[in-house]
Amino acid sequence: MATIAEPAARTASRFRFILDRREVLGSIFVAPAILYVLLLVGVPFLLAVYYSVSAYTIYDPSWRFVGLTNFRQILQNPVFLETLENTFLFTFASQLLGLILGKFGALLLLRPFPGRKIVRALIILPWAVPIALASVAWEWMFDSLYSVINWTMITLGIIDRSEAPNWLGNPHLAMLCVIVVNAWRFFPFAIVIFLAGITSVPQDIIDAATVDGAGFWRRNYQIILPMIFPIVAVGLIFGIVFTFTDLSIVFLLTNGGPINATSVLGFQGFQVGILSGDVSHGAAISLFMLPVLLLMVVGMLRFIRRREI
Amino acid sequence: MQRIIASTLREVSFYGAVAFFVVLTAFPFYWMLITSLKSNPDLYNVTNIPFWFNEAPTLEHFRYLFEDTLFARWLLNSLVIGVCVVAITLVTALPAGYSLARMTGRSGEALGIGVFLTYLVPPTLLFLPLSRIVASLGLQNSMWSLVLVYPTFTIPFCTWLLMGFFKSFPREIEEAAIVDGCSLFGAFIKMVIPLSLPAILTTVIFTFTLTLQEFVYALTFISSSAQKPVTLGVATDLVRGDIFFWGEIMAGALIASIPVAIAYNFFLDRFISGITGGAVK
Repeated sequence: MATIAEPAARTASRFRFILDRREVLGSIFVAPAILYVLLLVGVPFLLAVYYSVSAYTIYDPSWRFVGLTNFRQILQNPVFLETLENTFLFTFASQLLGLILGKFGALLLLRPFPGRKIVRALIILPWAVPIALASVAWEWMFDSLYSVINWTMITLGIIDRSEAPNWLGNPHLAMLCVIVVNAWRFFPFAIVIFLAGITSVPQDIIDAATVDGAGFWRRNYQIILPMIFPIVAVGLIFGIVFTFTDLSIVFLLTNGGPINATSVLGFQGFQVGILSGDVSHGAAISLFMLPVLLLMVVGMLRFIRRREI
Repeated sequence: MQRIIASTLREVSFYGAVAFFVVLTAFPFYWMLITSLKSNPDLYNVTNIPFWFNEAPTLEHFRYLFEDTLFARWLLNSLVIGVCVVAITLVTALPAGYSLARMTGRSGEALGIGVFLTYLVPPTLLFLPLSRIVASLGLQNSMWSLVLVYPTFTIPFCTWLLMGFFKSFPREIEEAAIVDGCSLFGAFIKMVIPLSLPAILTTVIFTFTLTLQEFVYALTFISSSAQKPVTLGVATDLVRGDIFFWGEIMAGALIASIPVAIAYNFFLDRFISGITGGAVK
């Protein structure tokens, strides 16, 4: 009886022995996640880099190496240069507007008042709700004929019906619209980030500053702002990354138009690479995001490491 | 007297500012609601007051949405995609988060940051190669392509979220289980997981909402109506030629928005501490 049971027990204990070593089990635990990310983020990324220096299209999937020809051709295209400019304007303007609105909103929500929870819940909405769905609501609000914004302005006597703006049909107004919608989408996030930062500043530091004679502005800009800078920076990095690479707002509101006035990098990459099937040029266009993304990653590393020390 | 006037003025401007923010954020959603309940003649008449009903409200748009469009199918697709992605994410991110927080020491920390940074790689950089990969796997035009691809951003995010949680998880509990004869693996299954249910629930909710919010991959991979998730279907499939079915679009957008809005409000604080990675102490 005992002799039969013995070998089985030995393999079991060896199996347990391996699983009980921290590093071994640790590696087994972490392997699936790392593999998934390597296979479906790492490999596609390398593939994108290769596409951009090849002649690959969906009609002619050749891997022929063409060097930097694609990039050269793209840079000679005036539409692309406009796209690049639009992308920076779109990102910078909407983040600035979002930060300003966010800071004001956070100052308001800091103060306790009846109904603050409900107000917070309503203010979070633009950021929580899928942006594609909110974008179609805005598209309807910017409608050329039934725009509620125009109706209000006409009724208030600010403008005349004959001169009512066609929000998404005018190049400058269309750019303004996508910027406003993106800022609208991100400022609740900025509010929440500011709030999280400000409430994490210890009250005794603020009290000490007050006792030492620091006024409201001085407390705000010389004590609180430097202390919450890391968390604001992290929030801003997220905002920049997701705005700089955005596709959905532009796709749904203006479809890049009128006449490419709102075309941004993500949209242009989609247009060329997916809709036209010119994968190599599409990939090259998308890769123009890389320098900004790398900069953001470096920034993120600085601020996220700080907590470990 | 002067002091009373000054304080009243301050109160009025404070609540005025609060009202401005609430109108700014909530109006588009009010607009969805009122549009979805208005009859078409009321909707498409420029002389009517748009903010309120000029004719009796109607549920016609909701009826049309459920009976004459694929809306119910899109909801089901989103549910299936969400559940599958949640399952994949939990199975991979839960052990990974635990391992990176507890088992691998300082290299785990660096690896964790590396995984988190992949969350910053945007869909618009990867959609071209991924669409080729999806096509070569025969998943083109199928919602299963999204089940495959969505974990590329849910795994990094949730691993990071869980890593933060497991760092504050008391070591003694795990040690006590091992002293009582559990293996390391057994301690993880029998003690750590049951005691982490709040963190696991947060992960589930966020994974699910992230899949609902995603638009770019869905737009890129899927063109046949029956395979679309709800966000894509509502945004792109309720237009016939040049005619937008605004009542139906707004009704669909409203239905799909509500669960996400509620989920965010309950789990907001956890989300923020996850996304900022504790950049403040």
